[in-house]
Amino acid sequence: MFEYAPAPESREIVDLRPSYGLFIDGEFTEGSGPAFKTVNPATEETLAEVACASADDVDRAVRAARKAFGGWSGLPGSERAKYLFRIARIIQERARELAVLESLDNGKPIRESRDVDLPLVAAHFFYYAGWADKLQYAGFGTKPLGVAGQVIPWNFPLLMLAWKVAPALACGNTVVLKPAETTPLTALLFAEISRQAELPPGVVNIVTGAGETGAAVVAHPEVDKVAFTGSTEVGRLIARTVAGTGKKVTLELGGKAANIVFDDAPIDQAVEGIVNGIFFNQGHVCCAGSRLLVQESVQEELLAALKRRLGTLRLGDPLDKNTDIGAINSAEQLARIRSLSEAGESEGAERWSPACELPERGFWFPPTLFTGVAQSHTIAREEIFGPVLSVLTFRTPAEAVEKANNTPYGLSAGVWTEKGSRILWMAERLRAGVVWANTFNKFDPASPFGGYKESGYGREGGLHGLEAYLDV
Amino acid sequence: MSRLAVRKTYKLFIGGAFPRSESGRSYAVTSPDGDFLANAARASRKDARDAVVAARKAFPGWSGATAYNRGQILYRVAEMLEGRRAQLAGELGLGRAEALASVDAAVDRLVWYAGWSDKIAAVHGTANPVAGPYFNLSSPEPTGVVALVAPADPLLGLVSVVAPVIVTGNTCVVVASEPSPLAAITFAEVLATSDLPGGVVNVLTGRQAELAPWLAAHMDVNALDLTGVTDADLALRCEQEAAGNLKRVLRPVPEPADWTADPGLTRMTRFLETKTVWHPLGV
Repeated sequence: MFEYAPAPESREIVDLRPSYGLFIDGEFTEGSGPAFKTVNPATEETLAEVACASADDVDRAVRAARKAFGGWSGLPGSERAKYLFRIARIIQERARELAVLESLDNGKPIRESRDVDLPLVAAHFFYYAGWADKLQYAGFGTKPLGVAGQVIPWNFPLLMLAWKVAPALACGNTVVLKPAETTPLTALLFAEISRQAELPPGVVNIVTGAGETGAAVVAHPEVDKVAFTGSTEVGRLIARTVAGTGKKVTLELGGKAANIVFDDAPIDQAVEGIVNGIFFNQGHVCCAGSRLLVQESVQEELLAALKRRLGTLRLGDPLDKNTDIGAINSAEQLARIRSLSEAGESEGAERWSPACELPERGFWFPPTLFTGVAQSHTIAREEIFGPVLSVLTFRTPAEAVEKANNTPYGLSAGVWTEKGSRILWMAERLRAGVVWANTFNKFDPASPFGGYKESGYGREGGLHGLEAYLDV
Repeated sequence: MSRLAVRKTYKLFIGGAFPRSESGRSYAVTSPDGDFLANAARASRKDARDAVVAARKAFPGWSGATAYNRGQILYRVAEMLEGRRAQLAGELGLGRAEALASVDAAVDRLVWYAGWSDKIAAVHGTANPVAGPYFNLSSPEPTGVVALVAPADPLLGLVSVVAPVIVTGNTCVVVASEPSPLAAITFAEVLATSDLPGGVVNVLTGRQAELAPWLAAHMDVNALDLTGVTDADLALRCEQEAAGNLKRVLRPVPEPADWTADPGLTRMTRFLETKTVWHPLGV
């Protein structure tokens, strides 16, 4: 492994305030719940204190969004488009600041926040800006739903905000968004950006808090649309909560994707794809390729190459530009990854990690793979949401399909083979919303994303993403 | 001397066969005037589960059939229905002219949906111009096993909810209109003689309130169409049960529903998943 001198990105670009309020009706206001701290997961240092929205605060936000709805939905689409273009441009202008803040609050490597998250965030606003005045051509009508209540996770804080807010606004809805409790800061900076863009007050409202705040958003009777990204468990609760109401719901939930490698696959490319599939963003990715299905005849060769590659991954300071693997987002998530990994060992799978020094402070977990995993093992069934790969084998394409689909989830899948007809044969049979063939974890605003089965319903991105925010 | 008619026994339609309810139960079906028409099978939880098993078993074959083949079979269903025009008109509890018009509309609806089999992907799929060297295509695929509660309109309503679900490759279990189930069973006879593989459509007759919650809670059902549920409490309970495995839910349509209106695409698209496939470009 080459030695590199540290190359930290400066955090001077970020102007952190000691405390942040809620963003309601265009103003930052106090929250009536108990304020909470958000920490840098790489150091456990407190970054800021953040207001917690009570049910009353959520009610205020929903009323502000309702009040703003008439004006916003009444604007010509071309005017809404220009607001979104403005936002996209300001995001590009402040991209580095947002990337550093994202890495500070989330723990993801700056290389990812800078080169993946932020470019996609801006692109998403550009993409849906362009739809705002072309809805009549999309096939879902042009009537917005009203107030959208949106609850997003901590793994891609600003990107998930973009996936939710951009199509909602393009279609003429107004928004009450709740960021994740552990990663509220980029959403609050987005609030400031919406002010710079002179977005009319109330069109976007941001209420910070934990699960209770999210539940209040979902259950509010004046919310017409619920959009949620997060765990399948919470997704079920939300589906129950909105039952019997007129609310439209889209859910983007968990996954346990199979990444399938055939014996004719280019091994080096497949190894890169496997690494990107499960170690990108510390494995905090709902569509992560967390189950490696490798054809038996190339298992040894592939695993040797994979282990060699894992030995070169650099874990450490998320702000260091050389870092491949950053911090686990929270102590709670770290505990979950640890306990599931222990279950892997106790159920009989073999655990392996490269030699990897973990920093003393902060939340860290080394890249880990398990071999000898059976389909019945907990680590083959449950979403770990961490840098942990379970390796299983198969002999025939039919067996690969059978094993890949043997999960209640259906968000994504990967296929590695040089044979074109086999790719299409596999892609047709994999019950998953996204199939990456000879690639993995690629995202684009023009490309619909979302799950089959218990990975949720509805699509985000592309033309299909409009359907979620229109009264079809 | 007038001849005594041979009456038909109205049974269930599960996996391509016509069994009685395993429960041995039946209920009397009457005309709008209250005259006895027939005893229909009163399906049980076990019948509902058998129907789901049949629908699941039929799914790989039906969803894997070519769109052209599915279209041909739906068109064949329309042909067979046309041939039963007079018989079905007598089972709708309407005046003769109105009944014939309703059967005609059902036939026409089948023909309309039959044509969608190889066109829905063209209007609901997309080629996605992503910012990178990748081929990227989104195509619709059937959701899986769909449980349907059919609306009161015994034939046109039934056809209007079943056809859009199966034309795209889903299989289904349908609970027929509770007061007027006879046309649904005769329609099942039409399906049984149309080369539709057994299990693609399974028809249960009986109590909506008894059957719908079992189907809503069934973990091997992927989607739930509550169109025909008239009781708000029952609809609420079913939607809550459906959350258990995150079924796609179509909420009830308020009666009186106009089944002669242009159906649009939503009854098809609600039971479709979008699959997006990426592949790098290169030499």
